[in-house]
Amino acid sequence: MAAAAELSLLEKSLGLNKGNKYSAQGERQIPVLQTNNGPSLTGLTTIAAHLVKQANKEYLLGSTAEEKAIVQQWLEYRVTQVDGHSSKNDIHTLLKDLNSYLEDKVYLTGYNFTLADILLYYGLHRFIVDLTVQEKEKYLNVSRWFCHIQHYPGIRQHLSSVVFIKNRLYTNSH
Amino acid sequence: MRLFVSEGVPGCLPVLAAAGRARGRAEVLISTVGPEDCVVPFLTRPKVPVLQLDSGNYLFSTSAICRYFFLLSGWEQDDLTNQWLEWEATELQPALSAALYYLVVQGKKGEDVLGSVRRALTHIDHSLSRQNCPFLAGETESLADIVLWGALYPLLQDPAYLPEELSALHSWFQTLSTQEPCQRAAETVLKQQGVLALRPYLQKQPQPSPPEGRAVTNEPEEEELATLSEEEIAMAVTAWEKGLESLPPLRPQQNPVLPVAGERNVLITSALPYVNNVPHLGNIIGCVLSADVFARYSRLRQWNTLYLCGTDEYGTATETKALEEGLTPQEICDKYHIIHADIYRWFNISFDIFGRTTTPQQTKITQDIFQRLLKRGFVLQDTVEQLRCEHCARFLADRFVEGVCPFCGYEEARGDQCDKCGKLINAVELKKPQCKVCRSCPVVQSTQHLFLDLPKLEKRLEEWLGRTLPGSDWTPNARFITLSWLRDGLKPRCITRDLKWGTPVPLEGFEDKVFYVWFDATIGYLSITANYTDQWERWWKNPEQVDLYQFMAKDNVPFHSLVFPCSALGAEDNYTLVSHLIATEYLNYEDGKFSKSRGVGVFGDMAQDTGIPADIWRFYLLYIRPEGQDSAFSWMDLLLKNNSELLNNLGNFINRAGMFVSKFFGGYVPEMVLTPDDQRLLAHVTLELQHYHQLLEKVRIRDALRSILTISRHGNQYIQVNEPWKRIKGSEADRQRAGTVTGLAVNIAALLSVMLQPYMPTVSATIQAQLQLPPPACSILLTNFLCTLPAGHQIGTVSPLFQKLENDQIESLRQRFGGGQAKTSPKPAVVETVTTARPQQIQALMDEVTKQGNIVRELKAQKADKNEVAAEVVKLLDLKKQLAVAEGKPPEAPKGKKKK
Repeated sequence: MAAAAELSLLEKSLGLNKGNKYSAQGERQIPVLQTNNGPSLTGLTTIAAHLVKQANKEYLLGSTAEEKAIVQQWLEYRVTQVDGHSSKNDIHTLLKDLNSYLEDKVYLTGYNFTLADILLYYGLHRFIVDLTVQEKEKYLNVSRWFCHIQHYPGIRQHLSSVVFIKNRLYTNSH
Repeated sequence: MRLFVSEGVPGCLPVLAAAGRARGRAEVLISTVGPEDCVVPFLTRPKVPVLQLDSGNYLFSTSAICRYFFLLSGWEQDDLTNQWLEWEATELQPALSAALYYLVVQGKKGEDVLGSVRRALTHIDHSLSRQNCPFLAGETESLADIVLWGALYPLLQDPAYLPEELSALHSWFQTLSTQEPCQRAAETVLKQQGVLALRPYLQKQPQPSPPEGRAVTNEPEEEELATLSEEEIAMAVTAWEKGLESLPPLRPQQNPVLPVAGERNVLITSALPYVNNVPHLGNIIGCVLSADVFARYSRLRQWNTLYLCGTDEYGTATETKALEEGLTPQEICDKYHIIHADIYRWFNISFDIFGRTTTPQQTKITQDIFQRLLKRGFVLQDTVEQLRCEHCARFLADRFVEGVCPFCGYEEARGDQCDKCGKLINAVELKKPQCKVCRSCPVVQSTQHLFLDLPKLEKRLEEWLGRTLPGSDWTPNARFITLSWLRDGLKPRCITRDLKWGTPVPLEGFEDKVFYVWFDATIGYLSITANYTDQWERWWKNPEQVDLYQFMAKDNVPFHSLVFPCSALGAEDNYTLVSHLIATEYLNYEDGKFSKSRGVGVFGDMAQDTGIPADIWRFYLLYIRPEGQDSAFSWMDLLLKNNSELLNNLGNFINRAGMFVSKFFGGYVPEMVLTPDDQRLLAHVTLELQHYHQLLEKVRIRDALRSILTISRHGNQYIQVNEPWKRIKGSEADRQRAGTVTGLAVNIAALLSVMLQPYMPTVSATIQAQLQLPPPACSILLTNFLCTLPAGHQIGTVSPLFQKLENDQIESLRQRFGGGQAKTSPKPAVVETVTTARPQQIQALMDEVTKQGNIVRELKAQKADKNEVAAEVVKLLDLKKQLAVAEGKPPEAPKGKKKK
C-alpha cells in the first residue's frame, strides 16, 4: 500500500473529511504533506501524528510519558523494521518477536488503543494475508491482536478482512 | 528504571547525553552490559541501549529512550521533532551505518566513507542554514539535536569527515559536542579511542548493501530538490504569467542620495584602507568587494542606498612614506589615493563616494565630537611613558616598534597588537623593543596624553548592544569579539599621538599632538559623507530611519563595535550607530599569508596585469569569501572554478539558451506552453530565488552565490532532458515543445543575469545586452521569477561569456606571484627586508635538527628523567622553528594539544 493511500485511510478512520493531497519524495516514495500554516511535513509517522492532532485525538499518541514513548517506539519499528525488511526470514523473526511481546498485551501499549496499533496493522496487513493457517496459529498473540484491530470501528475500511480460525488445529506446534 | 548501555555501541551516546534530563523526575540506574547481551526478553536479536521501565515495559529504540527522558522533563512533542527523528531512523541511520562499516571494518577512507553520508549531511546543513536557527527544531537545543548528534558523533568527531563547506552543520556539531553531558557520553562510549571503539560492535553488523540507483560521480552533489505543493506551483505560475507588468517603476537616480522617510534607507560603509598600502586580494574581499555586492543587491531591491568608502590617510606610516619618497605627506596621500581609486574602479566597485580622511570636514567633525566628549567628562588626561628612538629623534608610533609579545612570547609582535594571540599591547609593555626603522633600542620617556574614558561609557554601550544585537545580522565573529572585549572590561584608550600628520587636538598644551587613528579613522565615514553632501547629518544623525551596514575584516571589529559607538554615545548627538556589523575572517594566499614585503600574493594593481577579467576575480573571491572561517586563495582552484562553474555550468547554460533562440527561432523568443513539468521547474527556480534573497538579506554573500549556480544547473539539466535541438526537427508538437523549453530557458538566463549583477556586473550587463532585456527588468529583482522575455521578444547577438583558463597560463601566474613555497619576487621590499637564508645555512640547520633529534630519541630510549627529555625537546623544537623560518615556511603549529 502506498504511503499516501495509507494516510488517506488513516484520515477516514480519524474522521477527518477534508482529505489532504500528498506528494511522494525520492525512490522510497516518502509521503509529503504541505500544511497551510507552516512548512511541509515529510514521513509517514510524522504526518500520521500530525493528523491525529488535527483530529483532536491526542490520546491516540499516548497519555503518559511512558505511553507516548512506547507509541513512538512502535511507529519507528513500523517504518524501519516492517517496511525496511521484506525477506521471508526477517518477517518471521519480526512476527516471532511481536508475538512474544503481545503475550500479555491487548494493544501495543498494553491496555490502550493507539496510533501504533493502527499503523502497525496497516503495515503488517500485506504479510498477514499471506500467512498459512498454521503460521497464524504459530503467531497466536499477533493473530489475536490483528483480528482485534481489524474489527476496531473504522480502521479496516476497504482492506480485506483476514480470517482467523477460532479453534486451534495444530495443538502441538508450540 | 534501569538503563542498559554498552561501551562501543553508538546508540548509547544519545541516551547517555539525554539521561540527565530525567534527573529529579525519576531515578535512572545505569548498567553496563556487553554489546551482545539480550536484555529485552521478547527480542530475538541483541539490542543495546535498552531502558527497562518501572512498569516492566522495555524501550529498545534509542530515539524512544531519549524521547522518554525529554518527556519526563516536561518537554512536549512536536511535528518538527517527529520529522527529524523519523528521518534519522529511516535515512540517516542506514547511511551512517554504511559509512562507519566502510571506515572501521573495511578500513576505507575519504570519499569512500563520506560518499554514503554526504547527502544526509548536506540535508542537515541546508536545513540549519535555511531556517536560520542554531538548532534543528528552533532556538534551543532539543531532542532532535541530541539524537542526531549522538548518531553523527562517532563519524564527525574525526574532522576529516566533517566537510568544511557545511558550515552550519559544523557549528551546530561543535556547539553540541562541547556540552558537558555530550562530552561525558562520548567519553563513556568511545573511551577516547574515537571511532575505533565501535569496531567490535560494527563487525557483528551485516555488510551494508551498496547504495541503490545513484551512480558515484565526482560532479558536485546534486542539490536535493525540495518538494513543492500545488499551491506553491500555482503561485509561481501566476507570478510568471504577470511578467513585466509586475515590475514597479524604476526609482529615478538621486544625487545626492538622501534618506527618505517611510522607505528602507541603507547606509553601507567599507573599512577605510590605509592610503600607503596597495590593497591585496584579502583586503579587497574583506571589505570593499563584500560591501559592493551588498550595495548592488540593495539597489536591485530598490532600497535607498548609499555606499561609501575612502582612504585613511593620517598617521605615522604616511609620514615615513613621505620621507622615503621625498614628498610631503599630502603629496603621498594624493598619489596613493589615486592608486586606490583606480584599483577599485578596475574591480568595478560601485561607491557612491570614494573619499579621503584628510579634509577640513574631518577636522571639524572630529573636533566637534571631541569637544562634546570633553564637556561631558569622558576624556581623561594622563602622563604616559612612551618609547622614543634617540637615533631617529622621535617618539615611536606603535607600528614602528616591534618586540616580544608580553602575553604569548611571539617575537614579532607589533607595538599595538600581537599578530599571533591578537591581544592589544601598549608599546611600552613589549619585551625587547626595537625601532622598526633603525633597529636600535628605544628609550622610555614621559609625555601628556588624552584618553577616552571607556569604562565610564561601558554601561551605555552595553545597553545599546543589548538593543541592537538580538535579531540583527552581526556576524558571529563580530559578536564574539565585541562580547569578549566587554567581558574583559574596557580600559581608557589613548586618543592622541606625537605626530604632525593628523587631525589637530583642539586643546591647550596639545598643539604638537594629533588624534590617534583609533579615535578619528571611523569618523572618516562621517566626514566623507559630509564632503559628498552638506545634508550628511540626515544619514548620520538619523538612527530611526537609517540601517547602517559596516563591512570589515575581523581585526577591525573593536573600532566599530566599541570605540566609535562609545564616542558617539558619549557625544550625545543622536548619531546613527551600526545596525549590522559584517566581519570576514582572513583570506590566505595559497598555503601562507599575503606578504607585500616578500612579494607573495596578488595585489590590487597586479590583478589587472594577469589578463584575467575583473569579473572573474570578483567571482572567485566571492566564491571563497572567508565567511565563517578563514579561506585560501589558490590558483589551481581559481582555474577549476572558472572552468567548471563559470564556463561549463553558468556560461554554457546562458549561451545555449540564447543560441537556441537565435538558431532555431530566428532570434525571437518562441511561444511557451507550460506543461506540469515546466511549472514545477518554474516553482523550483522561484524557490531558489527566494533562498538567494533570504541569504543576501542576511548578508550571506558566499552562500547566495551558490543559489545562482544551482539555478543554472537546473537549467542545464532541463535542456539536457528535453533536447530541444532534436525536437526542433520533429513533429509540430515536438517543435512546440522545443519552443517552450527554449523560451523558458532563455527567461531563466535573463533572471540569472539580474541575480548575477551584484557579483559580476560586467558579465551581467553583457548577458542583458545579448538578450536585449528591457531596462526595468535589468535593475530590479523581485522575489518571484517573472517572464521578462515574452514570446515575440527579439534578442541580440549571442556570444560566449567566459574563457577557459589553461594550466600553463595559471602555472606561470602562480610562479610570478610566488605561490606555494615562498619564492621571493624581484619587487623591492618596502619597509622591512626579510632575507631568505642561504642554502648552506639551511643545510647547517638541518644537520643540527637531525643531531638534536637523535639526542632526544636516545634519552627516551634510556627512559631518562622526564625533565631532562623535555629540555632537549624544547631545543629540538626551537631548531625546527629556525629551520622553517630559514626555508621561508610558516612554522608548524604545535601538535597534540587541542585548542579550546
